[in-house]
This record gives sequence, structure tokens and C-alpha cells, in this order.
Amino acid sequence: MAPSSAKGHGYLYQYTNCRILRDGKIIREDLWVRDGRIMNPEVLFFVEKVNADQRIDCDDLIIAPGLIDVQINGGYGYDFSTESQVEEGIKRVSQGVFACGVTSFCPTVITSPPHVYKKILPKIKKRNGSKEGAGILGVHVEGPFIDQEKRGAHPQQLIRDYDNGFQDVLDVYGDLSNVAMITLAPEKQNTPEVIQEFCKRGIVVSVGHSNANLIQGEEAVRSGARFITHLFNAMLPFHHRDPHLVGLLTSDQLPQNRKVYYGLISDGIHTHPAALRIAHRVHPEGIVLVTDAIQATFLPDGTYPFGEQTVVVKGKHSYLKDTNTLAGSLASLDDCVRLFAKETGCGPELALEAASLHPAQMLGIADKKGTLNFDSDADFIMLDNDLNVKSTFISGECVYKAK
Amino acid sequence: MRLVIQDTYDDVSLWAAKYVKRRIIDFSPGPDNFFTLGLPTGSTPIGMYKKLVEFYKDGSLSFKYVKTFNMDEYVAIPRDHPESYHSFMWNNFFKHIDIDPQNAHILDGNAKDLIGECNAFEEKIKNAGGIRLFIGGIGPDGHIAFNEPGSSLVSRTRVKSLAQETILANARFFDNDLSQVPTQALTVGVGTVMDADEVMILITGAHKAFALHKAIEEGVNHMWTVSAFQQHPRTIFLCDEPATNELRVRTVKYFKGLMELHNKMLEEAV
Ligand SMILES: [Zn+2]
Repeated sequence: MAPSSAKGHGYLYQYTNCRILRDGKIIREDLWVRDGRIMNPEVLFFVEKVNADQRIDCDDLIIAPGLIDVQINGGYGYDFSTESQVEEGIKRVSQGVFACGVTSFCPTVITSPPHVYKKILPKIKKRNGSKEGAGILGVHVEGPFIDQEKRGAHPQQLIRDYDNGFQDVLDVYGDLSNVAMITLAPEKQNTPEVIQEFCKRGIVVSVGHSNANLIQGEEAVRSGARFITHLFNAMLPFHHRDPHLVGLLTSDQLPQNRKVYYGLISDGIHTHPAALRIAHRVHPEGIVLVTDAIQATFLPDGTYPFGEQTVVVKGKHSYLKDTNTLAGSLASLDDCVRLFAKETGCGPELALEAASLHPAQMLGIADKKGTLNFDSDADFIMLDNDLNVKSTFISGECVYKAK
Repeated sequence: MRLVIQDTYDDVSLWAAKYVKRRIIDFSPGPDNFFTLGLPTGSTPIGMYKKLVEFYKDGSLSFKYVKTFNMDEYVAIPRDHPESYHSFMWNNFFKHIDIDPQNAHILDGNAKDLIGECNAFEEKIKNAGGIRLFIGGIGPDGHIAFNEPGSSLVSRTRVKSLAQETILANARFFDNDLSQVPTQALTVGVGTVMDADEVMILITGAHKAFALHKAIEEGVNHMWTVSAFQQHPRTIFLCDEPATNELRVRTVKYFKGLMELHNKMLEEAV
């Protein structure tokens, strides 16, 4: 017997007695990992003629790709949109999400003044995941080019237009090299050229926090937009004569082969289960589960001063003190996966892919992330049949194990 | 020559797997003493492979000291094509057991020098000390491996052009695109299999009944290449009931009368 490492290759792991999620199915198959990548066992057997260095019995767990959260605002009391908190916040959250099965994410920065973007964005560098923390796929800048009325919790006075086209965008953000995606309201003037400029730079454009009608949404997609930020939230509701942005899920006015993806906060609070089911029934392959989690996430119950607001955390809910107003989502992505599977009856395959494969496809990185295909990064999680995360691996290294 | 008749396909699969297990265990292979096994592909042996995998999983059989040699492979289809015999062996057998990849030999239909590949295969069999047990299946036209009707009965491992009927029949596995269907294969020869100490031929289903009749009830004939094994000193034809449809009643009765004896071959040595 010649183990891989004895033949001059890396240490080869064979995860066995497991079921793996591949090509939309959970199949009984071993997972082979070497040098942080998923390996093709037939090549190992017939071409390299090597054995595993180590076989790991997975106790019949499910192995799925590591989860990817493209919208997360902070946690542990740290807010990614606050300059003084961003570095510590990234550090803490990128480790905290291991327990949720998240192996990479897009830190989200909400509407901020230009001088703040220029300080915060350079601090959030893209990086591969490791024991130090989940991978950072790039910042999701949500705002400031959004609609006044649909601004939600974004500060009103900082909302802007791009009347001078992309130059206004550059003036606000400064350097875009750390940005992976942007949410904008497509009804603004100059939107087609702005979207095209983002696309040229490889930045994904999402429509959201918007008053747009369907025609404006379709125009944005034709210009290159490919995502809808937290569907149903902060947009005009579905109406049968103008379905608004929700109508993009069934539009026949989009270029062929262009898939529109959309974020869903399936935390049981921000999107009604019936709305989850509607979205699932009409456009399952576009679903991207997101948490939109705020800085109070991962904190124990208590009362916390955040800037000018005082937030009360109680279980999975957060309120502005002395009101019934929700302060934002405290969801964890694995909770969202479980809830989505339960509420829609979609099965574990789709629920898991909606938080792994789909966000990777949306970001254009599905050749490396979001799948267990050969040559992909070995970012994966083990789950029981109820989809509870038992362990999390990044680049083949175990970074979390449930107690 | 022995003819072992079992009721059903599943019974054939189990009998074949038990026999292979018996042979390997009785040989008591070790690091300096490998058991050599010749292996077929196709739908017939799938059940046997399943049983062998079960034996491995329940701990009653190991392939650690077994060397395998496959009968054949298509020329010029990607190794990982679902119809390749590499894929077949991987998915039905090798990935489930503890065989050392260095000991699993399959002809490489993508080798630059196909003739050299065939000669090297014969050489590898020789260096391994010959084949202890060669298992084969047959086609409805009585061919073994790709030794189609008319092949020489003393042939060795070589490149064979496939019969037009075989190519047409295979089209369904290649999106009905004839340009994708392999037209050649590498195959062990009838002589290569004849050299094995022992041969076991699996024949199941009514559609193979005429081939079984030709194989054992008539003379050796190169139009029914499997008939050559009548002359092999230790050959077992293992079939199910439907495959006996074309046999004479007398033949069936005779061999069924020997079943007790045949089943003794599965028992542990005392
Ligand atoms: Zn938002």
C-alpha cells in the first residue's frame, strides 16, 4: 500500500461512512481531500495509484459545502459599518460563524459617509479562510445609492444619487478593490451605465432598498444586475398589475440564460413562511439564504447601547428599547437553512445549496466554492439529519467541532 | 467442466461470490503470495461484486493481497467516461474494498502504444504468476471479453475492432451519437483466459440460453468463443434457470444431480 504522502504528494484524507451533497443530491460517497482541495478518487486510484493516509469515519453524517453568507452586518456587539469596530468585528465574527457552518462571507457595510467608506473598505481585505476565521469574499456595500423611502434602518441624510454617473460612485467609495457586491436602487438616473461599470470591475450588482417597478428592475438585469437584496424587505410589494422587483422571479423580459438570484432572510421573523414558500415555488434555483445579521448577533440576552440606539436582545429577537420595533436580524445561517427546509418542505439538498452553491454561483466563484466538486476548495461542513452543524472545515482543516 | 445451476440471478451472484471468497481464503494470500483474479464487467457480474463488497464490509474477506486483471477496455474513451470499464470497476467494486491501487490492473485504452500496452498486460499477468481464477461473462452470441465470433481460440491480449452490431448496440450509452461510440477495444485473448488455473463463466437470463447451449452442448467452435472452455481442465459454467432453457433435459438433470458435490466446493476446508 502506498499512501499519498509516501509518494511525494500531500497528506490524503478519506472521509468515509458519510453522505455527501453533490449535483443537487445527497449520495452515499466518500469525500477525498488533499492540500485543501477536494480530490477525484478515480484519479488517485487509477493514475496516482495511492491510498488515503488517513480514513475518517463520519458516523453517517451528511457532508455539505461550507455555507456562504453574503449579507452580514456585524456581531458580538461590533458593527462593520463603524470604523472603530470593523477590524475587531471581522476578527470575532469570522470565527463566531464557524459554529453556524459558515466558511466564507461578505461583510456588509450599510449607508455611510464617503470619508468612512474610504477608511473602512481598505480594512476589509479579501482573504481565504483558515483557523483564524472564515474566508472574506469581499465587502457587500449596501447603500448609499438607495431609495429614501425604502431605506429601512439606513441613515436618511447619507443617501445619495449618482447624477454624474460612475464618477459619483468612485467619489463615495474610493477604492473598489475590496468590494464584491453592491446594493443599489435601480430607479435612479444613470443606472444602466453605473451597473455596467460595476460589472466591468467584476462587482456583482444587486437591486434593493428600492421603489422600482418591474420594468425598472428588468432594465437593471439587462444591464447586468443579478441579485435582489432581501426579497420582500425594503421594496414595493407584489401587486398584480405591477409586481415590482418581486416580479423579476417570473419575468419573461430578461436575457436568456440569465438567472436572477435573490436573498431571503428565512429567520422566521423578517419573511413570513408563506412568502418563503411563494418564492421557493416559483424560482427555487435563485434562492440565496442570508442572515442580514446585526451587531447584536451572538450576544447573550441583555440591553446594549449601540450608537444612539439602545437594543434589547431576547432569545432570537432584538428590539429597540421600550418599543416593539425589531432592531434587525439575529439569525444564524444554519438556523435559516433549517427553517427554510422546514417551512418550504424543499428537502435538505436545496436548503443547503441555497446557502452554499447559489451564493457561490451568484458571486461567480462556484468553480472553487459552494460545491463538493473535484478541485474545489475543501470548505465543508458535517451535519446530522436535522441539519445541525456538527463540524466545520476550511481548506480541509477542522475549524469547529460541536461539543 | 462443471455446470452449476442456480434458481435465480441473485442465487448465481451469491454462489459466485462465495466461490471467489472460498478460493481467496483457501489460498491464504500474503505479502509474498498474492491471489490473482481475472475480472469481467457488464450487467451479469454486478450482483457478484455487490456480494463481494458485503463480504469485505462484514470483515470476512480482504483484498489486501489480491491482484486483479480486467478482461478488456474500450479504446480512446476518457477513463472517467461513465461507460468506461475503469468507471465500472471503480463504482461497482474498487471504491468499496481494500485493494491496493497498485494491484488493480485494467488495460489502458488511451495508451499511446496500444500493442505495447497489450503486451505489457500479458507480461504483468506472467510476472504475477498467472491467474488463479478468471471470471468471465458472455454475450448472447457466445463471445467472451471482446473475442467476438470468429476470433482465434488461442489469441492473446490485443487490439480488436468491434463488430458493427456491437457498435450500434452501444450507441444508446453514448447519447445515440455514433461518432462517440468506441470502435475498438483492448481485450485479453481466449488463450489468455485459457491459461488461468481455473475459469468461472457467469451466464444469466433467457437471452443467453442459446449461447449456453452452444457453449457446452456442441463442439468447440470459434464462432462461439466461450465453447473453448470445454477443453479447460477446471472450468465452471455458472447459470440461472432461465439460461438453461435451450439445454437438453438430460444435461440439466445430470448437472443438477451433481449440485451437492458442487456446493461442497463452497465449504470450508477441514
Ligand atoms: Zn438592507
